[in-house]
Amino acid sequence: MIETVLAITCIGFGCSFALAIAAKFFEVKENPKIGEVNNLLPGANCGACGYAGCMDYAKAVVNDDAELNLCAPGGSDVTASLCEYLGKTAEAAEKQVAIVLCMGTDDVAKRRFEYNGIADCRSAQLVGGGDKACTYGCLGYGTCASVCPTNAIEMINGVAKVHPELCIACGKCISVCPRNLIKLVPAKSTVHILCSSKDKGPIVRKVCTSGCIGCTMCVRLTKEEESISMDGFLAKIDYTKEVQNKAIVEKCPPKCIIDTSNN
Amino acid sequence: MSEEQFYSVSSSPHVHSGASIHGIMRDVVIAMIPAFIAAVIFFGLDAVRLTVVCVASCVIFEYLSRRIMKRNQTISDLSAVITGMLLAYNLPPSFPTWMAIVGSFVAIVIAKQLFGGLGYNPFNPALAGRLFLFLSFAFAMSGNWTDWNYINADNIAAITGATPLGMLQESTGSISFLSSNSNILNLFLGRVNGCIGEVSSLALILGGIYLLWRKVITWHIPVAYIGTVAVFATILYVIDPTGNASPLFHLFSGGLMLGAIFMATDMVTSPTDKSGMLVFGIGCGLLTMIIRKWGSYPEGVSFSIFIMNAATPLLNRVCKPKMFGLKKGKA
Amino acid sequence: MNILKAKFKIHGGVHPKYRKELARNEETKRLPLPKILRISTTQHLGAPSKPVVKKGDYVKKYQLLAEAAGFISAPVHSPAAGTIKDIVAGTGATGTPISEIILETNTTSDEDLVGVFPTNDWNTLSPETILNRVREAGVVGAGGAGFPTYVKLSPPPGKEIQTLIINGAECEPYLTADYRLMMEHPKCLVEGIQIICKVLNVQDAHIAIEDNKPEAIELLSKYIKDNGIENIKIATLPTFYPQGAEKQQIFAVTGKQVPSGGLPSEVGVLVENTGTTVAIYNAVVKDLPFIERTTTVSGYGIENPSNVIAPLGTPYQDLIDFCGGAKDGVKKIISGGPMMGFAQATTETTTTKTTSGLLLLTAKEISQYESAPCISCGRCIAACPMNLMPAELSQFCEAEDFESAAANRVMDCMECGCCAFSCPAHRPLVQHFRTAKAFLRAQPKK
Repeated sequence: MIETVLAITCIGFGCSFALAIAAKFFEVKENPKIGEVNNLLPGANCGACGYAGCMDYAKAVVNDDAELNLCAPGGSDVTASLCEYLGKTAEAAEKQVAIVLCMGTDDVAKRRFEYNGIADCRSAQLVGGGDKACTYGCLGYGTCASVCPTNAIEMINGVAKVHPELCIACGKCISVCPRNLIKLVPAKSTVHILCSSKDKGPIVRKVCTSGCIGCTMCVRLTKEEESISMDGFLAKIDYTKEVQNKAIVEKCPPKCIIDTSNN
Repeated sequence: MSEEQFYSVSSSPHVHSGASIHGIMRDVVIAMIPAFIAAVIFFGLDAVRLTVVCVASCVIFEYLSRRIMKRNQTISDLSAVITGMLLAYNLPPSFPTWMAIVGSFVAIVIAKQLFGGLGYNPFNPALAGRLFLFLSFAFAMSGNWTDWNYINADNIAAITGATPLGMLQESTGSISFLSSNSNILNLFLGRVNGCIGEVSSLALILGGIYLLWRKVITWHIPVAYIGTVAVFATILYVIDPTGNASPLFHLFSGGLMLGAIFMATDMVTSPTDKSGMLVFGIGCGLLTMIIRKWGSYPEGVSFSIFIMNAATPLLNRVCKPKMFGLKKGKA
Repeated sequence: MNILKAKFKIHGGVHPKYRKELARNEETKRLPLPKILRISTTQHLGAPSKPVVKKGDYVKKYQLLAEAAGFISAPVHSPAAGTIKDIVAGTGATGTPISEIILETNTTSDEDLVGVFPTNDWNTLSPETILNRVREAGVVGAGGAGFPTYVKLSPPPGKEIQTLIINGAECEPYLTADYRLMMEHPKCLVEGIQIICKVLNVQDAHIAIEDNKPEAIELLSKYIKDNGIENIKIATLPTFYPQGAEKQQIFAVTGKQVPSGGLPSEVGVLVENTGTTVAIYNAVVKDLPFIERTTTVSGYGIENPSNVIAPLGTPYQDLIDFCGGAKDGVKKIISGGPMMGFAQATTETTTTKTTSGLLLLTAKEISQYESAPCISCGRCIAACPMNLMPAELSQFCEAEDFESAAANRVMDCMECGCCAFSCPAHRPLVQHFRTAKAFLRAQPKK
């Protein structure tokens, strides 16, 4: 009995001794600042900063390889705390959110065939160019919603919609959308043109009653501000300027302009 | 073409062989009918009771669990029916009904639906149910064979009680008797003690031939499994004929035929490529004979298949076909 | 004896219901010239050709409409005299955006054509002249890929061709266009083969034909024997799909495996489709550009299934009307064969140099895909002619683990469809692999 106790005790001590030596011997010297910077970051590991996770970004920041304002989920708060910790100054990047520039839901936009296959937008795009009659519109199979780390995207009646209050601007939805419909816009902008179709007006009307027909009404109404311009037959907002004439929302014939400041 | 009529558009190919999971499972059910007939002949109403109870409870448990988990219903693909039949075939005739229902619950809900349903289960569900019952209700599973007299060809009531493998284990039957031709014939036809579906090798082999003809299974796993057992048993018998039963005894006794033809060949839990299947069968054969010869259990089929099921993902990763157009040596 | 059995057995393959008797035994018919042709500038693999005409121009038959844009490209010529109405954007048979030249044809006169210079004896032409005629005629692989033929007939130096195989397998169900070509124009086919042999300096040529076409085998064998031709033999192949796939056919006839990522020229073989060979004959001997082709219009959904010669740019609806119209219950319209063809959303798509078939299929001929889980039955592995593991690859694709799919060689998949054809769970396997390939191709090169 006593021998057993002694034997186990000796083995225990021996192993812990060996572990302690190994810990000291094989230790990887790392700058302790990296760990502390990592603690200041949100820990979403979303990759929006362009680095492989928060730890990677922390390493880059400490080694002076990265700007301090790249963390999109963290926003200006994290930029401020990083500046404070490292004793540097940096201008906080403007908060951005993602937006899906299409409102062709199944009641206004036509489909052109019965799609039978994988319920994924990238796969659907490979079959006959996608089953949406509008070649620019949202296919609605929800790939963007499935990759969003904060569940900010909801599929409503066949079209994706980003809830801006949940969006951390990581950019994952943008990289998977096969039609490049999703864009990052400043969070403070409230006026958006929810159409990406470059087709001529009559062609757009045939496939979707909510699509931009290129009538240029909105461009004319905002002529002084110069906040909207035409890209071919599609009206586009210049997000560096603020759209002041909110009358364009009512005046747009297909009603594809929205103003979220009313919500 | 009217405005509203849409054509169906999908990726190629646009035609199909007509095979379906339902069709495959239906063939397996048909292949298991000879064993059911044999079970009724030898064990009477108990066989009917157990089969009906297991099948019904498996189907009901699958329906309920899919409903609770808000998934689509899959009972029409007949896989629950097969699990029920296989589980019943692994039970002795005196097995209580309520325990069979518990076994069905473990097989369907725990070993299959909790993993995601058909295609996601790592272990054969009927096998998992059977092993659970064996470990939890060992006495009921051991059969309590007192009411079946074991008669040999000379019409002498030889031993009452145990199954042939049990007799081998406990050395209650002499080797020469167990390996005698009359005994082998009994084993082949099924006139012995045992679980209701495993006794008749003849019925099971008939089912196996049907499955091979319908291309539901390939020869690789059954031949590798049974072949390995035959080779191993022959080697043992040649080394020591008085201490080891004959190879034919090992082939036709216990659950080998049921296991090799119906349980080891379960598609989801066995390797997909032919080379992996051969390794799988050989592994099962080796483990079965090792357990029978040196293990503390008389029968090794269930454990060996279960262990090889665990090795299937590894076999799938290692045993891959050589791609067309690659030089030798590259994967 | 000029018939020999191909000795080597390919792994995998499937036996779909061929249904070739629908459009097999009748002579090929010629479509009356349609009023409007919409000719695509993307009729081949490689860069789309550049239009050299504009709206309002009057063109003659055989006139150049669009020139080749680069080395891997081909010119497109006008199938008829007429006026160019417009050049617009459209959608091709595969669903990708294309550019279409809309031609309003002058149906009253077929005589308004650009001058052609047929030759009495092509043997007097040098290989360079022959290749030039093939290039300027816009001949491309008519079997489906549309690879510019003159590029194929100019293998890189160091890669000598020892064997020429003419692909008469036509392994896709329903299609019989190549079979009718062999039955009706053996002279053009055989002379085309000899032209290719001269250009490549090849001694041996084989015409590979599946054994479900015994009449074609017999007819061609007799023609070759009667004309005392020594260097062409018929290689009969067992009938199954995809016997006509290039790599598989090379293996069946010669036993050589084309290395992964490589071309047939690396094992000294060249494969050419029967339709392409006849187009080569037309280009070299008759100096005619590639402006029309035979399409098999078939399926249980068409009134009179038949083979039709139609000019490039013919809308599918014109072909359907010519064959008696569509019956009720057509569920799918396919351009090409049912195993690798493309399902169409409309019948407004037009024919190109590679449109081998137009199928109108009813519900009982097709099947629907489901997203059921894989049961690891292994039928797809047994069917795969490239010896891949489609079950495992599709599970990687479902999990979006495209790197593992690449490591298991999804890029070598030839999208033949044998796996999805055999899958009891009706999984859309080929679509999974196409998604993986599109993802991997979009990755920046490492």
